[in-house]
Amino acid sequence: MNSVEPAHAAPPGHEQAAPPETPDGPARPASSARPARSARSTRKSRDGVHGLLMSTPAVVGLIAFVGVPFVYAVVLSFYNVRLGSPLAPTFFGLEQYRRLFTDPDLSGPFLRALLNNLTFAVVVVPLQTGLALALAVLLNRKLKAIGVFRSFFFMPVVFPMALVAVIWRLILARSDQGMLNSALDAVSFGNWGAFDWLGDTATAMASIIVLSVWQGVGFQMVILLAGLQQIPGELYEAAQLDRATRWQQFRHVTLPGIRGTLVFVALLTSVLSFRVFDQVYVLVKGGGLDEDATRTVMYQAVTTAFDQNNIGQASAITVVFFLIVVVLTLIQRRVVRPAHED
Amino acid sequence: MAMTRTPLRRSLDYAVLGVLSFIFALPVLYLFLGSFKPSDEVLDGLSGFLPTHLSFDNYAAVLRSFDSDSTGYFWQFMAISLGVAFVVVTGGLFVNSMAAYGMSRLKWRGREAVFTLVLLLMLVPFESVAVPLFYLFNDQRNTLYIQAIPFIANAFSIYQFHTFFRSIPPSIEEAARLDGAGPWRTFFAIIVPMSKPVFASVAILTFLTQWGSFLWPVLMVSDPSVRPLPLQMSVFQAQLPLDWGQILAFGVLLVLPVLVVFVFFQRWFVQGVASSAVKG
Repeated sequence: MNSVEPAHAAPPGHEQAAPPETPDGPARPASSARPARSARSTRKSRDGVHGLLMSTPAVVGLIAFVGVPFVYAVVLSFYNVRLGSPLAPTFFGLEQYRRLFTDPDLSGPFLRALLNNLTFAVVVVPLQTGLALALAVLLNRKLKAIGVFRSFFFMPVVFPMALVAVIWRLILARSDQGMLNSALDAVSFGNWGAFDWLGDTATAMASIIVLSVWQGVGFQMVILLAGLQQIPGELYEAAQLDRATRWQQFRHVTLPGIRGTLVFVALLTSVLSFRVFDQVYVLVKGGGLDEDATRTVMYQAVTTAFDQNNIGQASAITVVFFLIVVVLTLIQRRVVRPAHED
Repeated sequence: MAMTRTPLRRSLDYAVLGVLSFIFALPVLYLFLGSFKPSDEVLDGLSGFLPTHLSFDNYAAVLRSFDSDSTGYFWQFMAISLGVAFVVVTGGLFVNSMAAYGMSRLKWRGREAVFTLVLLLMLVPFESVAVPLFYLFNDQRNTLYIQAIPFIANAFSIYQFHTFFRSIPPSIEEAARLDGAGPWRTFFAIIVPMSKPVFASVAILTFLTQWGSFLWPVLMVSDPSVRPLPLQMSVFQAQLPLDWGQILAFGVLLVLPVLVVFVFFQRWFVQGVASSAVKG
C-alpha cells in the first residue's frame, strides 16, 4: 500500500476533449456559463453515479460481512450474552476482559492459549523465515528444471490445512509403526520404540510447529525469491571481481538487497501465526493432540463460542486477537514502507 | 547468483536440491501411496513407503462409505465445495473488479473515503469477525448460501484490481469515450478483456483460500448434507474405526482439484500468491 490516492487522477486537460455527454447524470445548468469547467463537472457527475453504482455491491457486502460484525464483536464483548440462553443479554462492562485476564477459574485456558500462541509465533517466525530464505537462495539459480524444484517446495501451500493435519497425524502417530517413530527406530538400531509426539505435552506444540512450517514455507519462499530476483546481477559480478566468497556475497549483497522483503515476510508470518486454528482443531478432535499444550487464541475463541455458547466472552477474545494482529500489521506497514517506496 | 559453474559444482547443486525436495515431498508421496494401499499397510512403519498391493479399492470404498443420508454422499461434499468455491470466485471477480474500477478510474464525490474504508477493512482478518458472524447468522446455520455469501466481497481483491486498473493508460478510456461508450461498456468491453492477468491471479488466490476454508464451516455446518470436503475430512479422521487407506484416498480427492489448478496454472498461481504478499 504505497500511495493511497489521488496520485493517478487524470491530467486536468483531457476531459475537455470528451464529446458532449449523454445527460444521464444530474443536470448542472449553472456550470454551463463556464465552458472549461462545464465538461469537467458534467463528466465528474456522470462518472459519479456510475462509480458509486459499480462500487455499491462490493462495498455493501464488505460493510455487512466485515464492518458490521467487527463493530458488533466489540459491542458483544461488553455484554453477558449466550447463545440459546433464555436470558436477555445484560451489559457487562469490562467484566469479560477482567475474567479473561484475572479470574482465577476462567483466565487459565485463555492465558495458556495466549502463551501457546506467543510461543508458536516466536519459534515459527524466525524458523520459517530463515528456512524460506535458505530455500529461496538455493532455488535462485539458472539451472535446468529449477522450476520443478521450486514447485516441489511450493506444493504444500495448496494443500488444505485439514488434510495436512491428517497426513502428519500418521507421520507422528504414537505407535511404533508411526512413520517418524519407525524411522528413528531404524537409525537407532532398534532402540527407539514408540513416542507419542502429538499427545506428549513436551512435543505437542513442536509437532504443530513442524507441520505448519512444512505447509507454509513455500509461500514465504516465493515472496523472497521475487525479492532476490530484483537484486541486479552486476552487484554479484562486482563482488566476484573483488574475489568475495559466496558467504561474503550473501552477507554483503544478498542480505542488504532483500532486507525490506525479509522484514516484510517476517511480519507477515507473525500475523499469520496468530491466526492458527485449523490444524490444532483437527488434531485435538481426532488425533490425540494435547489440547492444553496447543490451544491457540482462535481455538479458544471458537470453543468458547461454539462449545460453551459464550458469545460475549468469545467476542472479547476476538477483540484481543484483533488488537494483536493490528499492532503487528501497523508495525509491518511502518517498517516496509520506506523499502518499497524507491 | 551468477557465478561461473563447473560441471562438478552443477551436479552438486542438483544433488542438494534433489535430496532436499525429496525430503520435502515425502509427506505428499506418503499420502498418494497410502491412498492406494490396503489400510493395514498404511500405518506400518517405513514399509508404508513400499508400493505394494496397490489398487483403487480405497477410492471405491470412500464412495461406498458415504452413500446414505446419515453419512452424507461423497459426490455431495465435492459438489458443495466446488459450488461454494465457484460462487465465491465468479461472484467475487464480478463485484470486486467492478468496485475497483469505480474507485480507480471514475471520479465521484466520496470515492477516496470509500476506498480508504476498503483499505481499513482489509486489515480485518476473517478470524476476528467469525464469532459475531456466527452469532448474527445463527439461524442460517446449515444452509448453502451462508457458506458462500460472506466471502464474495473481498477487500483484498478490490485492492489487487485497483492496483492493476490504476496502471492502465487513460488514453484507452478516452478512445472508448470518443466512440461513445459509457463507463459500463468501457469497463466490460475494454478494461476487462485487457486485464486477464489480474483476473487470473485474483481468481486463483480466491479459489485456493476458499477450497481450504475450514473455520467458517466448523462454526456453521453440522448437517452432513451441506458439509464441504475439508470439514468432512476432519469428521472422517475422528470417526472410529479408523480406515487409513480410505482416509488418505479421501484426502487425495480433497486436494486433487486444487492440485490440478496448481499444475495447469502454476505461473499465475505463484504470481498471485507472491503479489498477495508483496502488495498486501
